Amino acid sequence: MRRLLLERLGHLLLVLWVVASLTFLMFRLMPGDPTLNFLSPTFNEETRAALMASFGLDKPLWQQYVIYLGKLVQGDFGMSFLQNQPVSRLLWDALPNTAVLTVVSLVLAYAIGIVVGAFLAFRRGSVLEGVMIPTALATRAAPEFWLGMLLLAVFAFQFGWFPTGGAVSPGGSMGTLTERLTSADFWWHLCLPALTLTLFLQGLPLLLMRATMLEVLNDEFITMAKMKGLSRWSIVMRHAARNALLPVVTAFALGLGASIGGNVVIETVFAWPGIGRVLVGAVQSSDYPLAQGAFIMIAFVLVVMNTVADMAYALLDPRVSVGRRA
Amino acid sequence: MRSLLRFLRSEPFAVAGAAIYAVIIAAALLAERIAPHSPTEILRANRRIARYMPASADYWLGTTSSGYDIASQLIHGARTALQVGLTAAVAVVAIGTLLGLLAGYLGGWVDKAVTRLADIVLGLPFLPSMLVLAALTRPGTLTVVCTVAALLWPNTARVIRSQVLSLRERAWVEAARVTGCSNARIMFVHILPQVLPLAALYGSVAIGWAILAEAAASFLGFGDPATISWGVMLQDAYANQALSRGAWNWFVPPGAAILAMVLAGFMISRGSEKLLFPKLGDS
Repeated sequence: MRRLLLERLGHLLLVLWVVASLTFLMFRLMPGDPTLNFLSPTFNEETRAALMASFGLDKPLWQQYVIYLGKLVQGDFGMSFLQNQPVSRLLWDALPNTAVLTVVSLVLAYAIGIVVGAFLAFRRGSVLEGVMIPTALATRAAPEFWLGMLLLAVFAFQFGWFPTGGAVSPGGSMGTLTERLTSADFWWHLCLPALTLTLFLQGLPLLLMRATMLEVLNDEFITMAKMKGLSRWSIVMRHAARNALLPVVTAFALGLGASIGGNVVIETVFAWPGIGRVLVGAVQSSDYPLAQGAFIMIAFVLVVMNTVADMAYALLDPRVSVGRRA
Repeated sequence: MRSLLRFLRSEPFAVAGAAIYAVIIAAALLAERIAPHSPTEILRANRRIARYMPASADYWLGTTSSGYDIASQLIHGARTALQVGLTAAVAVVAIGTLLGLLAGYLGGWVDKAVTRLADIVLGLPFLPSMLVLAALTRPGTLTVVCTVAALLWPNTARVIRSQVLSLRERAWVEAARVTGCSNARIMFVHILPQVLPLAALYGSVAIGWAILAEAAASFLGFGDPATISWGVMLQDAYANQALSRGAWNWFVPPGAAILAMVLAGFMISRGSEKLLFPKLGDS
């Protein structure tokens, strides 16, 4: 077990390092001067050089790379070009909003997906199944931001039940994280984006749960349970569902990593002040340090969650022999 | 004939998917003839720009805030969708199959390198990577296609690799080797045809991802504003207050078209899965 852990951690660090280096290269080797948008043409050469130096852009590339990695390890992403603040500060402000949105939606999506998926496997071949499966597929096929636009048009603009965007009402302040989490206004603003994300995400656990349930229901221990005369509900929920959950748990961890990145569009539609929106804004305004920081943070969450999914799989399924001493 | 009918009845999903594709392909091929107006023509009514017109006989789905005909844009958008989807899918399948084949058959350091590379690529978040690449190079459909190809091949490569791992132990591969076939010949003449159906399956799903990616990129402002695509239409609608104006005729159709096309891909792949791999059952 410990060997497995160390192996995975080593792999994790390797991937993180490669991703960080790729990001560095992407942002440095691209054509165009990153300071062009930031520096006003009225600056004279001296001011320009001083500014370049203050961002460390006057040093050779390899030195910049070493400094970059060193600072990254300390959690220092540099200063934002446009907003005169450290990137890490801006990111730490945005990350909790994204985390709340993602976790709430994922938990809802998986709760719904698991129950409905198990139920559908149980009621196989019914009319209900013929309706539910295409519906689940359709929510995965729809562009996320379009689902969001529909919900906005209906519930925000048509009926006026929910706000049209943002995380606080006009005039309100964001406050600290605990203040946000305890304010009704924040949760009210969260409803539509979370509903959109939930709708988008529920298809995968639903289909996965149904597929593995169908497999499990054919297993011998289910026949055994039936022979013992257990009720169908007890067979499905207590015996079959437990065993079918394994791939779903793995998918949950993978989904957590993937949807932090995918939230970019939903956060934009609802003007939700999360990390995806920070990335879009930074990229649009050529604020390279901020864009780079947001990108790395999203990538790190993804890589870490991929590893967690891997480990969860190995821990939960005794049949997976990866890392077991032969 | 009877077997065809039986197939149609037993695979309603695949048939429905194929029908959707037929409609989209027809729209793309005959766009100029079907579309009532030019998609880039600013329409005028009573000497004023025809903005926000409701659906009517002249404008089947009404007009946009700039006076473009929505139905015509929608029909011409099918062309972009097919182009983006097909080129991206072909690229994904080609890269994925080639690397999967090499890794699975040759093993050793090739296998290690490909697997590692796949792990790293899977560690790059899809949309953010596309945004950054589009911003740093040149926004447009080519960037979208390249990003989709560069980031989605690992899924195909992994499946192909594991398939090849089992295929290369079969007796007929052994026989080919004994008769003096080169590695290249065994890989591309003997094994490749066996894994192509599986690759095609992943390709049909990749079409969908490519179209969704194009839509998202356009929506975030990183598409090519000069092309007419469903994603650009949605971005246009969102940016010009179609939601608050309740211009359903503007923002519903492009999204529904994307949904239909991606869903059709899913349905075809599910249906053909049963045909190609009857053992998988109907899970």
